[in-house]
Amino acid sequence: MRNSLGRELPEQVGGYRLRPYAGEAAPVAPVTAVTRRTVARNTGENKLLGSLREAVRAVGLRDGMTISFHHSFREGDLVVGQVMEAIRAEGIKGLRFAPSAVVNLRGFSLTDYVRDGTIDRVEASGIRGELGDGLLDGTIHLARPAILRPHGARPRAIESGELQIDVAFIAASAADERGNCTGQIGQNPCGSLGYSFVDAQNAGKVVVVTDTIVDYPCLPASIGQSYVDYVVKVDQVGDPAKIGAGAARLTKNPRDLAIAQRVADVIAASGRFREGFSFQTGAGAISIACTKFLSRRMEERGVKASFALGGITAAIIDMYDAGQIRAVECSQSFDAVAARAILDRPGVVEIDNAAYSNAFSRGCFLDRLDFGVLGALEVDTDFNVNILTGASGRMMGGLGGGPDVAAGAAVSIVALPIVRGRIPSVVERVAACCTPGETVACVVTQAGVALNPRHQRYEELRADLKRAGMKLTTIQALQELAESITGKPRAVPWRETVAAVVEYRDGSVVDVLREIQGR
Amino acid sequence: MREQALMRTNLYVGGSSPGKLLDARFYNEDCIVYDLEDSVALSDKDAARFLVYNAVRYHRPPDKYVIIRVNGLYSPFLEEDLAAAVRARPDAIRLPKVEHAQEVRRVDGQIAAIERAAGIPEGTTSLWCNIESGLGASNAKEIAAASPRVAALALGAEDYTASMGALRSKTGWEIFYARMQVLEACRLAGVSAQDAVFSDLDDLEGLAEDLKTTRGLGFDGKTVVHPRQIDVVNAAFTPTKKEIRHAQRVMEALAQGERDHTGVVVVDGSMVDKPMERRARTVLAQARAAGVLEGGGDDAQ
Repeated sequence: MRNSLGRELPEQVGGYRLRPYAGEAAPVAPVTAVTRRTVARNTGENKLLGSLREAVRAVGLRDGMTISFHHSFREGDLVVGQVMEAIRAEGIKGLRFAPSAVVNLRGFSLTDYVRDGTIDRVEASGIRGELGDGLLDGTIHLARPAILRPHGARPRAIESGELQIDVAFIAASAADERGNCTGQIGQNPCGSLGYSFVDAQNAGKVVVVTDTIVDYPCLPASIGQSYVDYVVKVDQVGDPAKIGAGAARLTKNPRDLAIAQRVADVIAASGRFREGFSFQTGAGAISIACTKFLSRRMEERGVKASFALGGITAAIIDMYDAGQIRAVECSQSFDAVAARAILDRPGVVEIDNAAYSNAFSRGCFLDRLDFGVLGALEVDTDFNVNILTGASGRMMGGLGGGPDVAAGAAVSIVALPIVRGRIPSVVERVAACCTPGETVACVVTQAGVALNPRHQRYEELRADLKRAGMKLTTIQALQELAESITGKPRAVPWRETVAAVVEYRDGSVVDVLREIQGR
Repeated sequence: MREQALMRTNLYVGGSSPGKLLDARFYNEDCIVYDLEDSVALSDKDAARFLVYNAVRYHRPPDKYVIIRVNGLYSPFLEEDLAAAVRARPDAIRLPKVEHAQEVRRVDGQIAAIERAAGIPEGTTSLWCNIESGLGASNAKEIAAASPRVAALALGAEDYTASMGALRSKTGWEIFYARMQVLEACRLAGVSAQDAVFSDLDDLEGLAEDLKTTRGLGFDGKTVVHPRQIDVVNAAFTPTKKEIRHAQRVMEALAQGERDHTGVVVVDGSMVDKPMERRARTVLAQARAAGVLEGGGDDAQ
């Protein structure tokens, strides 16, 4: 069968029945929220356990259950590895591994746990690294295809019962012995624990893993003791220096700067760029440069933002400190500066990932976002965006909040270089469709800006940009230009076997990733 | 030569770096200089020649003035450089360290022979001459007038100051005389005058300050070696409202003269001659490029 984006999908893979994507606002029947959380009188038992193995036994983890983690330490995470080691030592098999994302962890091989059967299913926003590549190569097999969901879809899947978590392991940089915990203080802060709120609220059992036990009560407390079953102290939960770009410096790559400047031009030309506007820029090199350019434009125009949203960087914190942003709504801290900023700045606040991005709730911050700037690996002439696989079929990225931001922001801007090395980034058809083209307002490259005539705010944006004297091109012209430079890459030879399913915000399927031949 | 081409910025791009060759076409420079000389290692000369030939011949930026800088006049690479560069059909070839008019005439002859052999109309390829020594500056007038191919002189301050035993400074006093020699030569010959590189890439404020001199003295543009400098230089060459209005009046008067079949056109008591017309066209082109003139944008959607 085909979904409304023209992507060919099987009707069923293993036990998973695919519901094809039928449009951004396709009706979805409401369901009653389900939870694994037990309601039982607190016995006052000691929550502080001596080891992770003890915690694994105490929560009653059994074969086939679902476990979760957050990825707020990104590549500096040390908790996933320690917990998995303890689980393996207990001999538990066939787990569904459902972190908010799988990133490239150093000194830890997730594939080993798949190979020995500890993990047999994976659901996350992205599967970067060895596991992702192994799945696409067909060298690693799961009991059913990996399910990839954007950040906003994960809370929906949890609350609708599609992803019921048995045990949530939550890395916290500080906690007290009753489980009040935070990512903001301690030796290794990661900042916002935004991804873990929904896990804490709905998992069958919740284990807080920390390297710093503080006096009761832990202040501040992001996740309260009422949700926490056990607390385990380990030597180190993560390395904040590896969270991201560090105190991100402005890139000197002139190409990225040129793209970033164009993005800022588009934003500044929009009629929505006015006092009280809101934006989300993200954490890539182009994004950070764009944040800096935007800050300059705001200064020149004398406008201030009501809020900045999502993954927060030092560049955003600088703008807050300069009085350019009233509220920084932080679902994730993208560097060490942002990780510490929540603590001592009243307008920089930690928010639940669901409050940030879940469309299936009574309102999320994205609904009020004016501008969202998104990175991409590829975009095609239908404006569909690929943020997962490279032209060679390698797993290069994760969905993150990309599809959510594109759908939520009034003006969604995809910023990318027209070619990367010898690979075109503007193509006829993306290898993997992650963000439906209808939700992308605008593509910005160093070679020009193309507006999407199918986007609901096309007329508005076109009028604004023309008024500002901006030259526009078409996505077809960009695609032809890219191809004139690189030539047409040979198509990746896919097998029929589906390695991963890409879900949309509503749980429908936008695309599947198939195994690649000849690896 | 495209006589009315904007020449506010000319950006050097290393000829042996495919990525940079590719990226350079997307910046805002008016002229792009594909370099075969200083930025290319000795061992890469042939590879760079091949790359630049293909970049210019098959991936030519559609709306830029394209220049290829060849190796030195006395280098063993010049002949092959010219053979490839002329056939790539750039707007101009840039010669490093020109010191005598005779050198220009020699290259003129070489280019003409290649143009004939390649079936390119003779005289198509212009020349930009780098003035990079005291001797070159001293002979600037003769150099600028040495061939109708000469379209611009460009001052190279680093080599010039070395030849003079001077030290480079941000005020630029050590190159003041050379700037004036180049300017005067260009004005007499009616060719473009291009100012020297401001070499501190991180000091954009210093660059803006230096550009006051560049613009004030009368240069038409400036050589840049990093994309970061482009927008600052272009901005410095944005004409004032008064200049734009004057240029428009010159063009209106010329149009009226044509309708009236009058050869002599006067604006504000001055007769409009060729240089004044050229100046007016340049001002309007600069204004259009800077987006301060109506009717500049085109739109694909």
